[in-house]
This record gives sequence, structure tokens and C-alpha cells, in this order.
Amino acid sequence: MKSAVIVFPAANCDRDAKTALTQMTGKEPHMVWHQDSELPDVDLVVLPGGFSYGDYLRCGAMANQSSIMGAIKAHADKGGAVLGICNGFQVLTEAGLLPGALMRNAGLKFLCKPVGLTVEETQSSFTRKYDKGQEIHIPIAHGEGNYYADEETLDRLEGEGRVVFRYTDNPNGSARDIAGILNEKRNVLGLMPHPERVVDDALGGTDGRAIFQSLIEALS
Amino acid sequence: MKARVFITLKNGVLDPQGKAIGHALNGLGFGSVGEVRQGKVIDLELSGSDAEAAKADLKAMCEKLLANTVIEKYEIELKG
Repeated sequence: MKSAVIVFPAANCDRDAKTALTQMTGKEPHMVWHQDSELPDVDLVVLPGGFSYGDYLRCGAMANQSSIMGAIKAHADKGGAVLGICNGFQVLTEAGLLPGALMRNAGLKFLCKPVGLTVEETQSSFTRKYDKGQEIHIPIAHGEGNYYADEETLDRLEGEGRVVFRYTDNPNGSARDIAGILNEKRNVLGLMPHPERVVDDALGGTDGRAIFQSLIEALS
Repeated sequence: MKARVFITLKNGVLDPQGKAIGHALNGLGFGSVGEVRQGKVIDLELSGSDAEAAKADLKAMCEKLLANTVIEKYEIELKG
């Protein structure tokens, strides 16, 4: 599987994503600068976590104006896989590639801790190596992860099996405990937890590995 | 021309910051304070003198960048 990680200024998890992808796929991902306008030939594009553009205006709003976003949208339109982690999820909602928005945590505090998630959907390139209903633990690190969408959108997401991860103990006020969602074509996943931080026992867990294993199986 | 854009959360969208501000005001003894909603103000300077064109531009700016219309609404104020 060939992958690329987009490098936005102040998105500090790009190197975590690179390390995880290198470890899991055996190949270094392309690191693509936000001012580039073309993507290399890849199967997967990762929008990493962090605080792109200092979260100015709104989280992800400035990153969505980057030159590279056109190529990312084109990649997604063609059915290419896109994984948005944390700030990457915020960018994907700002870009309209995923519905809804991420708002300030209900408790107003930045939260940095492992959380329990249930895997709600295994019918996707991102989650096929998990078991449906499996409980996993993945860290979160965000101040604005409170997922919001109107009721109609939430019903549609649930009806179409696009709610992929749910919090077992909702930390941030997200509607219907939603931690991660798919787009309609199921090739774009956004999630607030950081799976790239739990691919190695040395870092305290390996529950994130299955996302990368799923992608490798689906895309290679 | 100068313009001011007000961006606030849509009605029905929970505003935890507004709630915290309201609680703090109540705590300071301002018992008359009920619901509080907070937002942001953006001041812009624009070249040109056509107010209608400026308003149309400002609306497009709000839709494309200044507001996230999934959760926010905006108001535009143009000052001569």
C-alpha cells in the first residue's frame, strides 16, 4: 500500500502518522507539503492530527484553503482512501468531505487520555480487521472533538452504517457518542481518537493496528 | 468601506462557552443573566464604494470561509 501524509504547518502528528505507516506497511509514506497541488500516486492519504494554522478562525478552516485540498478532493472523488485523524477529521468536515462539524468539548477542557471505543462497523476498508462490537482503547487529544450534525444527518449516518466508532463513555459531548464516521462512498474516514499512537506495545497499546492492517488488506 | 461580520452559533446548537460565561456571571452576582450565547466579530476593510457589490462579496466570504454554516450563522454590517 502506497500512502501519503499531508504536512500542514502546526499539524504536529504528521511524524507520528509517518512512523506508524512505515512500521505497518514497511514503506515510508510520501510527506506532502500543504502548498503542493498534486498528490503522488498513492492508495491512501492521511490528514494528520495537530493544530494546523494554529486553529485560527476554526479548527481545520485554514487548512481547508490549502493548495493540496483540491488534489485530496479529487483523490476522494475517484474512490481513493482518505483517513483524517483528529485535526484531519476537522479538516474533512470543513472541506465537506464528511458531514457535520467538530465543536468545543462540552466540558470546555482539552482532553488527552485513552478512551474506550466500540467498533460499530466492519464493512469498510478501514475496519475490516476488527470484530463488530469489539471494544478497543485509543487515546484522544483534543479540545474540539464534540461531533455535531443535525438530527436528519445523524439518522442518515446511522441508517447507512456510517458511524464506525462510538465512545463507550462519551468524553466530549459528541452527538450519539460518535467518535468516527465514513462518507457515503465509505472511502473517507474521520475520527477524533489517534490510532497512529497505538500501533506499538512500547507506546502502551496496539488497538490502532487493525485500522492500518485493514487498509493494507483492502488497498494492496 | 468598513464592514463588520458577526458570527454566532445557530439556534439549537449547544454553546458550552456561552453556558460557562452565563454561570460565571451568575456567580458574580448578576442574577438577571439567563441564557448566554457567544460568538466572534470580524472587522474588514474593503476597497471600492459599491455597497451592494460589497455585501454580495461579504456573503460569499462568510459562506466560503468566515462561517461554518453547518453550525454557525452570520450577520453583515456595512459602515459607509
